[in-house]
Amino acid sequence: MTQSVSLTINGRPREDHVEPRLLLVHYLREVAGLTGTHIACDTSQCGACTVLIDGEAVKSCSVFTVQAAGKDVTTIEGLAQEGTLHPVQQAFWNEHGLQCGFCTPGFIMAAAYLLKQNPSPTDAEIERGLEGNLCRCTGYENIKKAVRSASQAMNGGTAETSANLVGSAAAPVEG
Amino acid sequence: MAVTSMIGARIQRREDPKLITGHGNFIDDVNLVNMAHMSVVRSPHAHARIRSIDTSAALAAKGVVAVLIAADFKAVIGGPLPVTNSFVPDKKQVPEQFPIAATEAAYAGEPVAVVIAEDRYLADDAAQLVVVDYEPLPAVMDLEKAMEPGSPLVKSDRPDNIGWDAAFPAGDIDAAFAEADVVLKQRIGQQRLFPTAMETRGCVADYIPYDNRCTLWTSTQVPHFIRLFVGGALGVPESQFRVVSHDVGGGFGAKLRPYPEEYLATAASKITERPVKWIEDRTESLQATTQGRGQIFDVEVAAKRDGTLLGLKFTQLLDIGAYHGVFSAFQVVACLLGGGCYDFKAIHARSIGVFTNRMSTDPYRGAGRPEATHLIERIVDIVAREIGMDPAEVRRKNFITTFPHTNNFGLVYDSGEYERSMDRAMANIDYPALRKRQEELRAKGRYTGIGFSTYVEICGVGPSSATAPAAGIALVESSMVRVHPSGSVTVSVGTHAHGQGHETTFAQIVADTLGVPYDSVEIRHGDTGDTPFGYGTYGSRSLAVGGMAIMASCHKVVDKAKKLAAHAFEASEEDIVVDQGRYFVRGNPGEAKVLAELAFASYGAGLPEGMEHGLEAVSYFDPPNFVWPFGCHICAVEVDPETGAVSIDRYVAVDDCGNVINPMVVDGQLHGGIAQGISQALFEEVQYDDETGQMLTGTMLDYLIPTMAEMPHFELDRTVTPSPTNELGVKGVGEAGTIASSIAVINAITDALAPFGIKHVEMPARPDRLWSMIKEARA
Repeated sequence: MTQSVSLTINGRPREDHVEPRLLLVHYLREVAGLTGTHIACDTSQCGACTVLIDGEAVKSCSVFTVQAAGKDVTTIEGLAQEGTLHPVQQAFWNEHGLQCGFCTPGFIMAAAYLLKQNPSPTDAEIERGLEGNLCRCTGYENIKKAVRSASQAMNGGTAETSANLVGSAAAPVEG
Repeated sequence: MAVTSMIGARIQRREDPKLITGHGNFIDDVNLVNMAHMSVVRSPHAHARIRSIDTSAALAAKGVVAVLIAADFKAVIGGPLPVTNSFVPDKKQVPEQFPIAATEAAYAGEPVAVVIAEDRYLADDAAQLVVVDYEPLPAVMDLEKAMEPGSPLVKSDRPDNIGWDAAFPAGDIDAAFAEADVVLKQRIGQQRLFPTAMETRGCVADYIPYDNRCTLWTSTQVPHFIRLFVGGALGVPESQFRVVSHDVGGGFGAKLRPYPEEYLATAASKITERPVKWIEDRTESLQATTQGRGQIFDVEVAAKRDGTLLGLKFTQLLDIGAYHGVFSAFQVVACLLGGGCYDFKAIHARSIGVFTNRMSTDPYRGAGRPEATHLIERIVDIVAREIGMDPAEVRRKNFITTFPHTNNFGLVYDSGEYERSMDRAMANIDYPALRKRQEELRAKGRYTGIGFSTYVEICGVGPSSATAPAAGIALVESSMVRVHPSGSVTVSVGTHAHGQGHETTFAQIVADTLGVPYDSVEIRHGDTGDTPFGYGTYGSRSLAVGGMAIMASCHKVVDKAKKLAAHAFEASEEDIVVDQGRYFVRGNPGEAKVLAELAFASYGAGLPEGMEHGLEAVSYFDPPNFVWPFGCHICAVEVDPETGAVSIDRYVAVDDCGNVINPMVVDGQLHGGIAQGISQALFEEVQYDDETGQMLTGTMLDYLIPTMAEMPHFELDRTVTPSPTNELGVKGVGEAGTIASSIAVINAITDALAPFGIKHVEMPARPDRLWSMIKEARA
């Protein structure tokens, strides 16, 4: 007893036949093969499964796949554009905004949505905007810092970075 | 020619690019061809006899491959789950726990059957159709009642509900108490906690029939330990059993044992000849993943009016749960550390492990040390209040000041400077100004408080001389360093990272020690197929033990490279100078070879006579002692007397974990650790119904994990007192924040409520608890 569903994921249209009860998060992970969206609580407290549906942050564990028919879904895999990290991704990296990384995709999606709605949030607005996401590793200190830093970067400022950026070009040994 | 020193540098983590773009490889991301899914049928009763199990309806359900019960598994799984000695080698009883209940379930959530089906929805559907005929039995939930003779039993085949009763006497306690001006008593609770890694547990087992080979992907902190026990029980030799634990979404101690489901999924794969996946849902996790703390301390302290601490007596009642956790008695270490960073003449401790019809307790971040810190730091404040002395001054008067220091129980504190960290924390928070403001606000009817926590912790577990007798296993650690012909370096380790950033920090160490580019070093962990045997990651041990194993291999590689250089330059080895990765003859630094050149030579022709080819080394490191981080946390709170709500105004921490490899990572560990301790102080508590043993906090809706809005800004600072016990001078930092923080918050709240005559506050200090206490005090 499956139902046809057409939707766009990260800019690519898809059509699949799914059971009406299939949760969007399971569809994304197991049918579309996009495992970056995670499941951590099953009861919509933790926000690990946050994706954007038509640009709005939604907990995909609380949506049936068929409800996303005709919609435009963006997952963590679709956030970086042409190999360039989204400023929120870059800021989480710069500011050590993640440790185990399991809640991180949800936080990044929620933060990206927050900054789209409110490019310069106060600390209280950041707290309110991300109260639907739980992290057990960071104590939230560096997540707040990352969101502030991303906000500055997106507003044309230079992201304040507390970490040295070590890339492949920055090998520590000189010839 | 300069080489950037990587040790001590604040470097972005190399783990992050995949994690921030959704390309991590967590357990539920592992999918195999022809994979079936396992759903576990669990006892809804805390205690019940299983009269019969009817699997026929489930077997007939759509997509079901198999329905298996204990009898099916008995033929495949040999032996019970392991239990280690962990500080109490002579337990009164160690009841055997088979991974699945056969005739009697002893906690709500204990597995009684499993369903294997084509997908997880169908497996869960069919699990609902398994009919179990239970005869409910009385649930034993209260620790003290469980100890009474004639108490109902947690399981009917046991003599009583006592797991252990161990005494830890040190010094002449009667003499110490005889000297006292004041003797004070306090009961101090440690509520049960869910470790709550954001990723629940899970595994994928792929048993290859006819070949007796198996690969088990599992979300664990201890892949080699899992292989040893699960492979052993399934009759698969370690050489043919591979355990893989790639990205793990947090552990906090709850993923450091072999679990029933790992045995069941592996056995189910063997029985069904299919790969089998099991992913724990959150409610299962809250029922069936090990929990932390669950203790009651009855404490008595003897002190002089001048603030001198003399003697300490305490009993730890520890809620084991229905079965011993693998490290059930590890939390008994609280007895050996009950004296904290103070000089006591005598300490007598006793630990009683009590079975109840709950899920097992096992280590959770800090494991015994948060409990020790909480009890001693609470007691010091109680003494200070009684004798009318500033809590900082009582601490100062009793600090241990010379190192190494042998504590009452013979444990040797390696290095420390306790007064320095307290002074620094007091300066950072401007203690005198804060006290002044407290007075002013009190006059206006506002209740602020200041709480201290000066802690010392034991970590870097641990030396074989101590851990082999205590834990039954020698907790050494391993590494393999292999320099490839073109100079890149693979380092394989027996530890496991699940958020700690080892791939970055270990590479920093190797880059400096071998003098090679940071980017040329790859750190591998979590796959028993390509790492040497190691005990995994817990007890803040990975750097102080595992890092030193890496150093040992690096030194062996450098030694061989020197021989290769001597051969290349036709010089004697004694004349070869190694300077930041460059090898040259003394006095001729212009003509040098880097490690990559020597590595290439090591795989080629014309080696020195008798030298084997290749450039690699394997090492095991057995530390000479534990390491002993310390520090001082000060918390400033305000309590609203009308609502009982607590707000944290300041949180200042000065921690000392010895030398620091990457300050960004160290600070991150402290942030998360402090948050978990604050959360214990204010919010979290696993609750079971006292009568029925039903879990009342079975979802994240009911179990309060704080959000960003509940956490304060952490003002961190550090002192650096290197450990003299290892070449890197490092200690550990994974647990320090949690060990220190709960009592800083509770002492602050108690201080805030002093005007009401309130002398002690239990955890969690939720608004309803404080509001009731204030109301009662006002009446």
